[in-house]
Amino acid sequence: MRLLPRLLLSFALCLWASIAAAQTLEELVSTLPDGNYDDRAAVVAQIAATGDDRALKVLEVLLAGDLEVLDSNGRVVQIRKQGRDDFASDILTGEDYGEVPSRGSSKVRVNNSLRRDIRTAIGTMTLRHPDPARRLAAAESAFRSPDPDQSELLAEALAAETDPKVAEALAEAIAAGTLALGGSEAEKLGAVAVLRAMGNTDAKTVLSGAATDPDAAVADAAAEAVHHIEQMQNLWGLAQNVWFGLSLGSVLLLAAIGLAITFGVMGVINMAHGELVMLGAYTTFAVQEAIRSSFPALFDWSLLIAAPLAFLVAGGVGVAIERGVVRFLYGRPLETLLATWGISLALQQLVRTIFGPNNREVGNPSFMSGAFELGQMTVTWNRLWILVFALAVFAVLLFVLKKTPIGLQMRAVTQNRAMAANMGIRTGWVDAMTFGLGAGIAGLAGVALSQIDNVSPNLGQSYIVDSFMVVVFGGAGNIWGTLAGAFSLGIANKFLEPWTGAVLAKILVLVFIILFIQKRPRGLFAVRGRAVDA
Amino acid sequence: MLSLIDRRMGIFLAGLFVLAVAVPAGNLAMAGQPVPSYIVALLGKYLCYALLAVALDLVWGYCGILSLGHGAFFALGGYAMGMHLMREIGARGVYANPDLPDFMVFLGWKELPWFWTGFDMFGFALLMVLLVPGALAFVFGWFAFRSRVTGVYLSIITQAMTYALMLAFFRNEMGFGGNNGLTDFKDVLGFSLQADATRAGLFVLSAIALAAGLLVAKAITSSKLGKVLIAIRDAESRTRFIGYRVEEYKLFVFVVSAMMAGVAGALYVPQVGIINPGEFSPANSIGIVIWVALGGRGTLVGAALGAIIVSVAQTLFTSWFPELWLFALGGLFVFVTIFLPTGVLGLIESRLGRKAKPPAGAKEASA
Amino acid sequence: MSTQLLLDGVNRSFDGFKAINDLSLTVEKGELRAIIGPNGAGKTTMMDIITGKTRPDTGRVLWNQSVDLTRTDEAGSARLGIGRKFQKPTVFETQTVEDNIALALKEDRSVWATLFYRRSAEDTRRIGELLELVKLSHVAGWMAGDLSHGQKQWLEIGMLMAQDPELLLVDEPAAGMTDAETMRTAELLRQIAGKHTVIVVEHDMDFVRALGCRVTVLHQGHVLAEGSLDHVSANEQVIEVYLGR
Repeated sequence: MRLLPRLLLSFALCLWASIAAAQTLEELVSTLPDGNYDDRAAVVAQIAATGDDRALKVLEVLLAGDLEVLDSNGRVVQIRKQGRDDFASDILTGEDYGEVPSRGSSKVRVNNSLRRDIRTAIGTMTLRHPDPARRLAAAESAFRSPDPDQSELLAEALAAETDPKVAEALAEAIAAGTLALGGSEAEKLGAVAVLRAMGNTDAKTVLSGAATDPDAAVADAAAEAVHHIEQMQNLWGLAQNVWFGLSLGSVLLLAAIGLAITFGVMGVINMAHGELVMLGAYTTFAVQEAIRSSFPALFDWSLLIAAPLAFLVAGGVGVAIERGVVRFLYGRPLETLLATWGISLALQQLVRTIFGPNNREVGNPSFMSGAFELGQMTVTWNRLWILVFALAVFAVLLFVLKKTPIGLQMRAVTQNRAMAANMGIRTGWVDAMTFGLGAGIAGLAGVALSQIDNVSPNLGQSYIVDSFMVVVFGGAGNIWGTLAGAFSLGIANKFLEPWTGAVLAKILVLVFIILFIQKRPRGLFAVRGRAVDA
Repeated sequence: MLSLIDRRMGIFLAGLFVLAVAVPAGNLAMAGQPVPSYIVALLGKYLCYALLAVALDLVWGYCGILSLGHGAFFALGGYAMGMHLMREIGARGVYANPDLPDFMVFLGWKELPWFWTGFDMFGFALLMVLLVPGALAFVFGWFAFRSRVTGVYLSIITQAMTYALMLAFFRNEMGFGGNNGLTDFKDVLGFSLQADATRAGLFVLSAIALAAGLLVAKAITSSKLGKVLIAIRDAESRTRFIGYRVEEYKLFVFVVSAMMAGVAGALYVPQVGIINPGEFSPANSIGIVIWVALGGRGTLVGAALGAIIVSVAQTLFTSWFPELWLFALGGLFVFVTIFLPTGVLGLIESRLGRKAKPPAGAKEASA
Repeated sequence: MSTQLLLDGVNRSFDGFKAINDLSLTVEKGELRAIIGPNGAGKTTMMDIITGKTRPDTGRVLWNQSVDLTRTDEAGSARLGIGRKFQKPTVFETQTVEDNIALALKEDRSVWATLFYRRSAEDTRRIGELLELVKLSHVAGWMAGDLSHGQKQWLEIGMLMAQDPELLLVDEPAAGMTDAETMRTAELLRQIAGKHTVIVVEHDMDFVRALGCRVTVLHQGHVLAEGSLDHVSANEQVIEVYLGR
């Protein structure tokens, strides 16, 4: 039964210790300027022992030589230089003391021995920090600047580490230290192996240094590892470019696929297509605004709610355009082109009048924010979802066209209007539905594009030339051609970019398409045959 | 020559002559200056647009080639003239460099790019005003027409052409002043561009160029070649089968039209004082098409009239109801294509009850 | 007699469909030849190949025993002297009947020659003659688009004659004509033959009989039978193709 009092006592001691620590950080800092370098080293060790987050900052500022004492009030402050003037803020509270007159403060001096102590203290604090992210950052920083004083620290930290990612980073830091600071041949070869597996530019830099190691075995292993890393990097670079290309391709596909229906299937040039995309994007904006103000909890669902609405809004406008204008112009494609251009101007101005001329902010739901690493390439979630979305839209469209009654009627009307009419198909209704479908898909594209592009009244204009190029390149009348066209143009663009820069890449792709169309006027997947020329 | 001037052409040329005399007189010679200087520049700009519209009508109205990239030829002519005007600034620029235009000094360039050489000579610049748009039209047309790219496909790739050029000219590395284009011109052939007399002179030149453009276009369309062009527009395949190399005819008229557009651009630049890559934008080129459609395609005079009507409307609208202009323009596109297939000129002439030849293409369109 | 046109082992397929299959055919100068065959027999494709609109995959097409027609385009073949009349009459609808004939007149077709062309008295006389021949003098100033269907057919024949071709390819000239018009057309074609070579593609058996000439039967892109109409009518394969299914 004597256990209880002892427990109580130790609890009380802990409590006292923590309170004391909290009090003493202030005190410790205020005593920092006093005494000689040895006294200061002792205080540094005590500051480190507090484990306080602010202590880390104190030490870092001290190490950088920016810790000073104000003559006016004796406060220990951090000095920041702006031009020729010094500004001071309290090192612990952050309170701003404004500009310091020259000679109005004195520096807390450090010498080399003290610097080493401070570094060790910082290393200990960060390498054993409760937050794994901080530990990881510390390990990475140790990797970049190998320090003989820290080798032991790193080894201890590695032994105590539980997080596998941090442990890996620590092992790499130790390996870098071994190569930079020396070790036995076996140790060095082990370190080379660790860095070879690490395989990024940092590892390559360290290994390039080791390739001149006096020990031939180590030098050869390092040179081989550098070569290996370069090869892997090229492969990953290729993969990254393919990914960027697929990502751009999915955007092009979304923008062009609705056009593939109106232009490819119906032969109608809809220059207002880009504006229908824009309407989809603005629908997303409006839905998010409504959610923000009324049901903030639903924000992550905003895109799922916006998608059907955007389809209906753009589709409805599309049906109105078809019934109101386009149907009077069938068989006159050039006139259709002009009339729909006029509509596009009016739609732009309409949106500008309602929503204003500036960019509108459309937020990313949480599942579309951020990125993840795949090997050595970075994949952002929003791009990945857009690719998935584009392929899904494509699949659904394919299904609608090939397997549903309305799809059958659409194809019938396209192929032989008079015959279809004789068989009782309401061709006018089918025209409106087909145009509406193409327009609705443009609206869906707008939902996706709102996630990666500026939502402004000019949104559609920036896609119209590109999407026509995709349809024409792929071959009008063939939505598989649109798929192939979108992805091949996307990838071609992204592979040219590193060589030529983005704008020139785009110009080259345009020039290529212009030349290509002259070679194959009906596109990549042309429907060839005798009937085509008619 | 006189045989080319039919009634509508006569009326238009007479009006143009009156304008070319009255506007400079009202600006320079009359007390109280009833025609302010800015109006002279504005009207001069309209005349350049009218010439551009005539150029487009030549290919679209008569040969059925709907170019959505004619703005590119206009802009290239403008750039050729702008390059000369830049060279003429000489050492009077901000950086006072006798050879390099300001923007090149700003970009840290040490010497003039090779393609700027010669532009200090006015004659060379004039030649380039014709040759550069002509050469682009020749190369582009040679590929396109030989491969029998027609209809909307041709329209779309002409649009891509001007779009690609716009992107290219936006680049500083191209050496044409990038985003800002060429501007801050001082004088032309020693005459200050700020002087009223110079502006009036440019106005008269524009009127002369428009009249000449109309007569050249009229001469071409009245010849047997003009009949072949119409034949190509109405039944291209039939024209081939009676032995005409359609691509050669298209190429000829396309190049002539591009040169005409280049001249229009060259006259436009000194009057507005700037040329930038925005002139290449696809929207500008489609704008030209609506001028021609509104005025009445295949009529030449109508195209010029359409350009002037739309431009005047744009000036008035954008100063009175700026936010309504795009609605009006958009509505105009729809209205003209659906209700006015023969354009304003067709409407006026049928109202006047004249038994004119049925407007080109109108009959087919309704069939 | 010498050979005007020779097709030897010509093949052409579209996406795997063999429109012309090992087709060989010889037409003599001044001959009148009728080509018959069911739909899809390859008649139109054959004409496209002769006029350079379509290139054969394999095989020879020789003009006057010397010129390779597989290398010419439509305009090139027209300049050699091959005239073609379409099934659906195509004339230049927004131009006058007279201008239609004038455009087809055998002249230098180059751009410069056309730009600076001045109509000579001889040309005017030829135009008058041709208008007379196709009986359209009274409507010379009309827009071609205002003509009746039959008149357009005749105008097109007039344009063909204006080209003064050595060989006329005529695609279903009797389609949509009255019986009387059909007979008059047959008579016109018989008149033209001799001085010109004429190949007529036709469905109408009465019309073919009225032509009274050698007949070639095409089937699935191949020559099935050749000879007088009575001869081919007696051919069992021909009967099967026309009646069997």
